[in-house]
Amino acid sequence: MTRDKINIVIGGEAGQGLVTVGYLLTKAAVRSGYSVVVTQSYQSRIRGGHNTYAIRISADGVAAPQEAIDLLIALDEDTLNLHRGELARDACVIAGSEFRDAGDSRLLQVPYKDLASPRQLNIVALGVAAEMLGLGEDLVARTTEDYFGKKNKEVEENRDALRKAFEWSRQSRMASFQGPNKVASPQKRVMLNGSEALALGAISAGLKFAAFYPMTPSTPINLALISHAKKMGLVVEQAEDEIAAINMAIGASYAGAPSMVATSGGGFALMVEGVSLAGMTETPVVIVVGQRPAPATGLPTRTEQADLEFVLHAGHGEFPRAVFAPGTIEECFHIARKAFDLAERAQGPVFILMDQFLADSYRAVAPFTVDGLTAVRAGADPNSVAQPYKRYAVTESGVSPRLLPGLSKHLVVVDSDEHTEDGHLTEDLAVRKVMVEKRLRKMDIIRKDVIPPSYDGEEKPEALLVSWGSTKGSVQEAAEKLGGRRVATMHFSQVWPLIPDHFIPRMKNAGQVVCIEGNATGQLARLIRRETGFNIEKHVRRYDGLPMTPESILRDIRL
Amino acid sequence: MVTIADYGKYETAWCPGCGNFGMLEAVKKAMVGAGLEPHQLLFISGIGQAAKAPHYLNANVFNGLHGRSLPAATGARVANPNLKIIVESGDGCNYGEGGNHFLAAIRRNIDITMIVHNNQVYGLTKGQASPTSDEGFATKAQPDGPTSAPFNPLAVAVAMRAGFVARSFAGAIDHLADMIQQAMAFRGFALVDVLQPCVSFNKVNTYAWYRQRCKELPNDYDPANWERAMKTAEEWGDRIPIGVIYKNPKPTFEDHFPVVAKGGLVGQGTDFAALADIINNYA
Repeated sequence: MTRDKINIVIGGEAGQGLVTVGYLLTKAAVRSGYSVVVTQSYQSRIRGGHNTYAIRISADGVAAPQEAIDLLIALDEDTLNLHRGELARDACVIAGSEFRDAGDSRLLQVPYKDLASPRQLNIVALGVAAEMLGLGEDLVARTTEDYFGKKNKEVEENRDALRKAFEWSRQSRMASFQGPNKVASPQKRVMLNGSEALALGAISAGLKFAAFYPMTPSTPINLALISHAKKMGLVVEQAEDEIAAINMAIGASYAGAPSMVATSGGGFALMVEGVSLAGMTETPVVIVVGQRPAPATGLPTRTEQADLEFVLHAGHGEFPRAVFAPGTIEECFHIARKAFDLAERAQGPVFILMDQFLADSYRAVAPFTVDGLTAVRAGADPNSVAQPYKRYAVTESGVSPRLLPGLSKHLVVVDSDEHTEDGHLTEDLAVRKVMVEKRLRKMDIIRKDVIPPSYDGEEKPEALLVSWGSTKGSVQEAAEKLGGRRVATMHFSQVWPLIPDHFIPRMKNAGQVVCIEGNATGQLARLIRRETGFNIEKHVRRYDGLPMTPESILRDIRL
Repeated sequence: MVTIADYGKYETAWCPGCGNFGMLEAVKKAMVGAGLEPHQLLFISGIGQAAKAPHYLNANVFNGLHGRSLPAATGARVANPNLKIIVESGDGCNYGEGGNHFLAAIRRNIDITMIVHNNQVYGLTKGQASPTSDEGFATKAQPDGPTSAPFNPLAVAVAMRAGFVARSFAGAIDHLADMIQQAMAFRGFALVDVLQPCVSFNKVNTYAWYRQRCKELPNDYDPANWERAMKTAEEWGDRIPIGVIYKNPKPTFEDHFPVVAKGGLVGQGTDFAALADIINNYA
């Protein structure tokens, strides 16, 4: 007997190699054609504590995490004690032989010491779990070898540990355990998390420069860029602080390198003056904010969606901006591309709101095709501009031809002070008024290109579940599970600017509207009311640091 | 041939007699001496009266945020290494608000020239102590003198074994032009700290005060000698040495990136075949 979906949780202390087990199990599942959703939950420490790596696997497609555990890989006894309450009725626990719960029939007690050296404990756990899930031994061995590298002297030891683990598992199988359905015809998939997909999208869009100060959960975006920097001709610099990072990016962009910074709330707080600088100097820059629970240091390694208002209002003064919030891995890639294009065309800051859950969540996706993609071309053609060249020439669209310094005889003068058309600082108040209006006219360019929220369901639903960003999959699954009731979903992958015609008619058509957000104050719901007057009366809000799940939504929703 | 006239003449927002005028003249002289045309130059400045200087000559100008010139220069430098980049701002901007970037730029050894208008006072905000104000320098904000000891930018730069460290005086235009030209010719981070009288808010460190004390380094001075440079950088008082205090050629920040040697990031296309390989390697 097999099942449609299975949720596996690997738990243990930091430093026990549980992320390695999780990564390899996920990779082997993806290579076998499965859909996956990974949820990484870790503490802000290097060793010890309690971390988990959850993988939900399905042959038919899956887009949301799950709380109930079907297979628990407990690398230590604490893991079993901490997660006992989440075990599904027919769950199985891969446990150590020394665990005290010997009587519990759900425990499969692995004699780790007999199978391999203590160093290979996680590899044995991987082997036992992979065998139970029906993943091929050769595939798992190859995946492990790819990960550690062929030259590593532990390759043979790992291979041996895997062989023994598979053999032991085949002989010790629990009759009651159900693995996932087999994939009928596996398609070629790549395994990417939100960070990697966003980095790839940015590179495909023409990113050439990034600067960062390490900060969870956005460091992996920068690490992904660095891993491809040599091959793709990028410069990625670890700055002395986030203030330096954004000013470097703006300097690079001014001189012609499409640029990005990726940070989190606290780091973004330091960047805020730079946001205003990009707005005033009309310099393209893409800013990624990986949300985590705040205020201040908050819960550094957990997830939240509470920086929408912060990003929307960051930066003194008034200037145009766009704010995106991808909900899937595919959207991370495509929205990164759109952000670079828009930053160049509207000449200013463009934001992408990520969060820890999506940043770290591996999924199986069809490889992004690069056929027909084009990269951003920074700057205008020096031969196309009127003489004498004026960087801030007042135009109907508000966009002035942006030349790059040093590429022609034209001088490119930009200023953080209010400035004349030729870029020099001025205190002429009539010029000030003209320049404010010129800059704000660019909002029309952004408005014309807004991604409408996606909508799934009938036209006059009993209830409409509204979400933004990373909660998309969980909200969709919750809607399906509300079975019998006529429930539709609406997801915003762009949260600024809002175009009321895109969503208000549908909200009005719904019997009731529920806004589902990973924050305590309902930031999107309040933004919608401010912009449209439409008051969303029902809410599901989560702010305990954990991602929204179908179960958490169903627990809290009152229709 | 480029001439002083190519750098233009602008009306300024400076007080009559300001040390900035001499500096502007010296900067133009150095540019002409280096044979650089305005479009080959990028001036990056922050905020303050000194930071306005790039507006008063013909060149590419990035007048950014207070204290943040060096990061902007770092980004611009890798984007287009064919631009000659001059960071020009005051002591408050570079040593106060931007202090962390000053240390980081020395460590990176970015190939830029940093000209600091060091007037030992905040002028534009009307006379508060700056990081380089001397002990006992009384202001409205510091009526009993600064509560912090003065920052010695040259000693810090030499201690960190910066690429090129020089000092000059706004009243010695030819000397200053020579220092700037040498700094620009140097491959790596080059600091030119310029003692600049503020006629409105610094009644202590005046033209006469500096002129009396500034003494050129002797002909046999060896800027490669680190120990001597440290001692020279510490000299302040009755005798203030001016000249190239320390020189330490070494690999630059840009040398770490092959793409910068290929003309920088500007105009580089995206290799989609390589990207397709990368994407497929995630399988």
